[in-house]
Amino acid sequence: MPNTIPLSWYLGISAVLFTMGALGVLIRRNPLIIFMSIELMLNSANLAFVAFARSFGVLTGQIFVFFVMTVSAAEVAVGLALIVIIFRNKHSIDVDLMNSLKG
Amino acid sequence: MTSSGLFPLVPLIVFLPAAGLLINIIFGGRMNEKAIGAIASAASGLAFVVSVLLGYALWSGNGEAVVVPLADWIHIGALNVAWNFRVDTLSVLMMLVVSGVGTLIHIYAIGYMHEDVRLKNDIPRYRRFFVFMNLFIAMMMILVSGDSYLMLFVGWEGVGLCSFLLIGFWYEMDTLGRPSWANSNAAKKAMIANRIGDFGFLLAAFTMFWWFKSLTFADVFAGAATVPASVILFITLFLLVGVAGKSAQIPLYVWLPDAMAGPTPVSALIHAATMVTAGVYLVARSAPLYTLVPAAQTTVALVGAITALFAATIAVGQYDIKKVLAYSTISQLGFMVAAVGMGAFVAGMFHLITHAFFKALLFLSAGSVILGVERGHHHLAHHDEHAGSSHEEIHSTESSEVFDPNDMRNMGGLRKQMPVTFWVYLVGALALAGIFPLAGFWSKDEILADAFTKFPVVYWLLTIAAFLTAFYMGRQIWMVFFGSPRHAAAEHAEESPRVITVPLMILAALAILGGALNLPGVDSLTLWLEHTIAGVEAGQFNFLVAGLSTGLALLAIYFSWLLYGRRPLVEGQPDPLKKLLGPVFRVFERRYWVDEAYWALFINRYVDVSRFLADVIDGRFWHDWFHEKVLAGTYNWLSRTVLDLRVDQQFIDAIANGLGNLTRRVSGELRRLQNGFVRSYALAVLLGVVIIIGWLVLK
Repeated sequence: MPNTIPLSWYLGISAVLFTMGALGVLIRRNPLIIFMSIELMLNSANLAFVAFARSFGVLTGQIFVFFVMTVSAAEVAVGLALIVIIFRNKHSIDVDLMNSLKG
Repeated sequence: MTSSGLFPLVPLIVFLPAAGLLINIIFGGRMNEKAIGAIASAASGLAFVVSVLLGYALWSGNGEAVVVPLADWIHIGALNVAWNFRVDTLSVLMMLVVSGVGTLIHIYAIGYMHEDVRLKNDIPRYRRFFVFMNLFIAMMMILVSGDSYLMLFVGWEGVGLCSFLLIGFWYEMDTLGRPSWANSNAAKKAMIANRIGDFGFLLAAFTMFWWFKSLTFADVFAGAATVPASVILFITLFLLVGVAGKSAQIPLYVWLPDAMAGPTPVSALIHAATMVTAGVYLVARSAPLYTLVPAAQTTVALVGAITALFAATIAVGQYDIKKVLAYSTISQLGFMVAAVGMGAFVAGMFHLITHAFFKALLFLSAGSVILGVERGHHHLAHHDEHAGSSHEEIHSTESSEVFDPNDMRNMGGLRKQMPVTFWVYLVGALALAGIFPLAGFWSKDEILADAFTKFPVVYWLLTIAAFLTAFYMGRQIWMVFFGSPRHAAAEHAEESPRVITVPLMILAALAILGGALNLPGVDSLTLWLEHTIAGVEAGQFNFLVAGLSTGLALLAIYFSWLLYGRRPLVEGQPDPLKKLLGPVFRVFERRYWVDEAYWALFINRYVDVSRFLADVIDGRFWHDWFHEKVLAGTYNWLSRTVLDLRVDQQFIDAIANGLGNLTRRVSGELRRLQNGFVRSYALAVLLGVVIIIGWLVLK
């Protein structure tokens, strides 16, 4: 019975996940946690994509998910490298210490 | 080639001296003194050759005037001035005198200026001197050869310029070589006195143009009979003002004595022989005008005669050898002007020629005397340096006062040291005094004979002047050449070199033989000039006049011997004439205080007026009040109070500052958003997205 779960449920979960991710990004200070939260937001979007793809019976959304996953993997690679450099310079990775661009 | 084919050569009389001066200007810097002098003399000598050829062409033709056109000069409306040369007997006569005497003086100057520049230690001036001299010859030739009053005026001004340049030749010193502006002031004085005369000349020329619509001699003379006599009177009297300036007549003669500041060859050439006779030439040239108005003739004759007597009295009381000759020149010019004024044009021109000979001779000999005394003085100073105490008394006088080589009181006994100069000087002096059979006798006698029949007042004035002439020349001869030296410089004087004495000898020969030009009965000059000046008659020889003037001249020389020859002056003795005449001599000595009077009457008044104009009108009114207060004050008020304070500071600045303050305040608020926390940016982005999407959804 795979078709019995309606689209709005998937979207609901997706929205909850996105909200949790967004709150995580805004609230947490640990960049690793922030990354995780970003991954959560990306994946909530992925969930919405596949849910719509299934619902409308087209493959475009499925394919788009692969792109999002690739980009997020690349993003994590760059982000982790940045974190390592920041740690070397500041001996901390607390994001609130990185406010040199203050106006 | 026929002789009339020679007439087109006439421009050469101007262009040869001009070429000479150009060569000396361009190449003179690389040539030595001798070459510079030789080129200048050759230029003048070639002009003389051309003049002789022109004279020959006239003589072998019928003597009629020939006009040789050269170039168009001015062409405005009715005014049409061409540079044409007029070759007639009068102009050729002047050309011969100018270039002939001029050449001899150029040669003399080679020697004179050599010593002058050496003694004054200023070599580069040598070239400048000869450039000026050639320029003078060129200008004088333009003057005498011009076909119109305007071309004559061009030359008239040109020679005035050369006179100015050469009087001020030693412009940074006085006549004794001390640093001073005396010489350049003398040059300025000559320029200004001549300017006054030129003003008269110009007014006469303007009047001519107004009535005759032309300035050529032919047109003016042709139209002269058709206009009212008052016009001709006006023209001739204003021409007389020009004559008084250039030929040093009362009241404008004052510049000529000061002009002796120039080198002696200049005094001889410009201020005795040629330039100053331009006025006489002008009157002779304007004979057709003067013969129309007897009143003008009377005025000219009286001015000349009074000047002749007046200047002769001053010459009696002078001590400077050149000043005596300068006043003598004024006096002799008075003779000539009186002669041409009386209508005795031939006699006037005759005296002009003989005077050119013997006065050039006298000036050049005086130059030779001055050089000799300077050499003596130089020798002395030189000797003194080496010999130390042997000339102690001289040394003391040397250091305490400046030695004046022109002062006759420093001379005496020079006939032994300078025999050649003595003899030629004697010839010149006797010719000037009018002793038979020298040149001056014939020409002066012709003037006197004419005056005797035409104008008795002038005759008596001139006769007294002639008596005084013989007296002051006798005085000069006794004082300079006889007795014993009154100064060690005169004792050591030496004769001048041949380059100086040879021209002197030639001039002496001319001064002896010059009378042959117009011997009574032969009248060659009269016959020559009657082609140009209508109605000339041969002067009749009057034995009474000749006998009286010769007798008076001999008497005057005897008087001068009584006073100066019998008991020669000794050092420091006052002039014997002073005892005899008392205060009258002082009047002569001080030249009637004419210079002082001119200062008091005109120059100081002029200075007062200029000072008033400078201080009050220009300074206080124009500068202080109008410029400072009115113009600058208004401008300052407008710019400072209105534009600066009100418009700029309060309005334009307010806009600019307001904009700046606004921007700063807004940006101060905005910068708080830029807090550097990534999360707050992320929140902003999130909120933005939520708002946009919310708006899209709820729309």
